[in-house]
Amino acid sequence: MSVLAHVFEAAGLATVALGSQRKQIERTAPPRGLFCDFPLGRPLGRPGEADFQHRVLRHAFRLLEAPGPGPVFEVFPESITDDGTEVLACTLPPRHDPDLPPAIDEARGLRHAYDRAIARYGNRAGTGRVVDADGVEGAIEALIRIAEGTPWKEAGLAGIPARVAQDVRGYYETAALGLSVHIPAAWAGARWFFDETETGAVVLAARAAMRDADVKMPVWFYMAPGDR
Amino acid sequence: MADHDVKAMTADIETPTFEQTAFTTPPLLREATVALVTTASLHHPDQDDFAPSDSGFRVLDGRRRDFMTGHWSPNFDAIGFAADLNVVFPIDRLEELADAGAIGRLNDQHLAYAGNQFDLSAIRHDSGPAGAHYLRAQGVDVVLLTPV
Repeated sequence: MSVLAHVFEAAGLATVALGSQRKQIERTAPPRGLFCDFPLGRPLGRPGEADFQHRVLRHAFRLLEAPGPGPVFEVFPESITDDGTEVLACTLPPRHDPDLPPAIDEARGLRHAYDRAIARYGNRAGTGRVVDADGVEGAIEALIRIAEGTPWKEAGLAGIPARVAQDVRGYYETAALGLSVHIPAAWAGARWFFDETETGAVVLAARAAMRDADVKMPVWFYMAPGDR
Repeated sequence: MADHDVKAMTADIETPTFEQTAFTTPPLLREATVALVTTASLHHPDQDDFAPSDSGFRVLDGRRRDFMTGHWSPNFDAIGFAADLNVVFPIDRLEELADAGAIGRLNDQHLAYAGNQFDLSAIRHDSGPAGAHYLRAQGVDVVLLTPV
């Protein structure tokens, strides 16, 4: 992003860049940069808190008053840290159809929560890139086949594995929004998906099976966060 | 899995450095036309999704709110953006600033690029200048850049 700041500035646009990765924004040194120590994915800090977001914007726009030459770099004084301990207390649906694989039974049980969240918030990070909500069960079936040893190209995936996994994770995290009374803390939805749900385990198992089958790393690596 | 783990993993990814820092002096903010540019790979549902290593940009209509992310990285929290688009793309906040007279005008069009690019030469030399030209042609003075 800081590259764009340099390019835009050279073209006659004044820029202010927000950054959540301190090393990166310091190294690329955009003409005006505001480091905000916020979780990745939340560059304005707090979803649903307009006053907080305005504080970030006021600080960012104040950098426009600094005389050149750049780079102008400041640090937003408030931090939001995630230490990995906050968990999402979403009650998973009980087993309904014992004849179904647990992950598919679970996904089916979350459909009302997913639909409720879409109706409330819209679909910004849910499904639809390659798998829509109706296709989630089929995607999970394909991931189960991969986990059991079927080569990924023969498993019936609707697209590139990372994109399929992203849509499935998006389905679950959106359902979590539908189950929550407040907006979850950063990464709580991802931790819930990968640590608590049947389908999260299926995604990780399929990813591991692809890795063990010597599939090229970019094909499987992006199915889950890199620290997994 | 914690935010600091993911940041530590990605902190040392090679990034380009610039020997010289271009610097454009803006008009007063209350007289400036402002646009948002994000690297969150946002697009409207009727636009093309971002392909892997997609170095192009999408023009976002600031009068719409049906933005979705086509970012390829799994290394960020997506649930915040799912609940409130302003935590990534603060379009409502900028509208409020324009209504209050703090910024001169909020441009109707904004841009989205794809982050997590490993080869930035196309953005640096092609789509970046093209996006800047697009915004300049609309009278934009100031750009707020947001990552994801």
